[in-house]
Amino acid sequence: MTELFGVPLQALLGQVLLGLVNGSFYAILSLGLAIIFGLLNIINFAHGALYMMGAFAAWWLLEKFGLNYWWALAIVPPLIGLVGIVIERLFLRWLNQLDHLYGLLLTFGLALVIEGVFRYFYGVSGQPYSTPDALRGGKNLGFMFLPYYRAWVVAASLAVCLATWFVIEKTKLGAYLRAATENPRLLQAFGVNVPLLITLTYGFGVALAGFAGVLAAPIFQVGPLMGSNLIIVVFAVVVIGGMGSILGSIVTGVGLGMIEGLTKVYYPQFSDTVVFMIMALVLLLRPAGLFGKER
Amino acid sequence: MYRKSIVTALALALCSTLPAAAQKAAAPGKVSGDVVKIGILTDMSGVYSDLGGQGAIIAAQMAIDDFGGKVLGKPIMLVSADHQNKADVGTNKAREWFDRDGVDMVTDLLNSGVALGVSNVAKEKNRIAIVVGAGSTDLTGDKCNANTIHYAYDNYALANITGNAVVKKGGDTWFFLTADYAFGQSLEKNTSEVVKKAGGKVLGSVRHPLSTADFSSYLLQAQASKAKIIGLANAGGDTINAIKAANEFGIVEGGQKFAGLLVFITDVHSLGLQAAQGMLLTDGFYWDMNDDTRKWSDRFLAKHKARPTMVQAGDYSAVLHYLKAVQAAGTDEAQAVMAKMREIPVNDVFAKNGKVREDGRMVHDMFLAQVKSPGESKRPWDYYKIVEVVPGDKAFRPLSQSTCPLVKK
Repeated sequence: MTELFGVPLQALLGQVLLGLVNGSFYAILSLGLAIIFGLLNIINFAHGALYMMGAFAAWWLLEKFGLNYWWALAIVPPLIGLVGIVIERLFLRWLNQLDHLYGLLLTFGLALVIEGVFRYFYGVSGQPYSTPDALRGGKNLGFMFLPYYRAWVVAASLAVCLATWFVIEKTKLGAYLRAATENPRLLQAFGVNVPLLITLTYGFGVALAGFAGVLAAPIFQVGPLMGSNLIIVVFAVVVIGGMGSILGSIVTGVGLGMIEGLTKVYYPQFSDTVVFMIMALVLLLRPAGLFGKER
Repeated sequence: MYRKSIVTALALALCSTLPAAAQKAAAPGKVSGDVVKIGILTDMSGVYSDLGGQGAIIAAQMAIDDFGGKVLGKPIMLVSADHQNKADVGTNKAREWFDRDGVDMVTDLLNSGVALGVSNVAKEKNRIAIVVGAGSTDLTGDKCNANTIHYAYDNYALANITGNAVVKKGGDTWFFLTADYAFGQSLEKNTSEVVKKAGGKVLGSVRHPLSTADFSSYLLQAQASKAKIIGLANAGGDTINAIKAANEFGIVEGGQKFAGLLVFITDVHSLGLQAAQGMLLTDGFYWDMNDDTRKWSDRFLAKHKARPTMVQAGDYSAVLHYLKAVQAAGTDEAQAVMAKMREIPVNDVFAKNGKVREDGRMVHDMFLAQVKSPGESKRPWDYYKIVEVVPGDKAFRPLSQSTCPLVKK
């Protein structure tokens, strides 16, 4: 069998594919963060908690109303987005003239509160949520067994990422958004309701987190700590990709997922640090991130 | 002005010596500070909080209530704190409790790092530590002391019972998924030895960081090893996530089986039977064993909305046993109580004829269970089939192999 640095090529292919799955989670979460940072200049530490709420909402819809996965996929993102809008209107609005640090502190505090509340009611072990029937099972690719659900996750998240990128970069609405990032006052002078635009953008970024939460529910245990485990890595992804860069966050998310996958074969103990090593390296060589522009 | 500050200083000095004076006043045969204080030091918010946490406090309070709320005519007080799974936080809290608050006994002590630290402090301050939640065999091995009891289970028993049973059933090739810290490594080592001794083979292992969400990559390696058994040398959320991912990747359909080395009933509850069915595991307490356990667990369920884990039931038993010993000794002085705790057999809902050995090991029956399939389960929390009850002297490390300096050979 062909080997690469002592690992069979087939096993390696499997790991790269798994990395792609994890990478799509990173991509969709960091995309939301990037959008929020780009437009609102807020480092949204509550993103992980909102992702967790998305997963819980899916579980809750199934338990209380018997609404299955597909319903959850449609209902949960707008629902979580609505939560985001409330947060933006109630809290974040008052901070937009202040330093980044205030937004960071506020959202970090919110994340702790949200997680604490869920922990109080549901404990830490989490709730079971099974894979939707249509996506049970998998296919043997020869070098690995690929569950259909994981393939679906990659397809769905990449589709959403690309659609988002398209809307922001290629449509009129996206043009407004980008203009609001550059010069909100000027845009307001043209008669665009910038505060509304900001609220909706935050809501959308947060809805992406909710969407990722629903995608994650059948894979990971739906528990209060699922967000905080992930969010730190996602922040590293955003920093590496370049704060606020849309394409950067997508490409870096997928790329880092694969690098992490490879680390798990060659030196598993290193797998939860490798992302941060890369982050340190990138910050040394390109402080604005791989895709970021120096301001 | 001058005089006033002298008075203040005097008052302050007096206040600060008061607790010490009160403690000194407790001659042998009396209760220090006229109150017996029990401390529950546990993980209140982290990965292990469902095993102990709030449920541990409830269980301890149940023991105090069942004892009548008073011992030797003095009130019994319960205090609790969150050690956050950090050894330094736990050790400092224990120190503060012993020094300032006059706590007589600390229990629960989930997490081996915390337990080892607090055990040391108990020895230094001559108080009592009853470790219920942690697994490290060092507590009754090299690091044993005359102030510590290891109550519910340990890594030796887990490895011994599950390892032997699985090999006997034909699971003779193993691959380990191991949490990369003291607990996981020691569990892997213990189990590997048992498996090899029973004639099995260990094909490999992979160490994953604590609190890993995605196990697919490690499982792929386990799958490639073609081992019949995948041993889970981890706990809590890690075990849950590993089993969940294995279902997805068709590992069980592929003929490989899991052996959970430390699985609690709350983990099974959280996984659901669909995912957990068929797994063999070792436990020290199951609510549906007999009328006593059912009755007690119903009371617990009414207060805590979950069935008790081995740790929570162990906390109840440990507190009860401690209070009985205080009663028998006629004092709460640590060595006198320890002597009684070794002397009196443990007989309650948790253990029948349990015995505290000189190395601090509480020896009681453990059992091997298999998780039921969804079809076999008739009501909520009906999760285990008891495969085999293992008598205490077969389950735990025999004294003849003990490395504890207190054991006279």
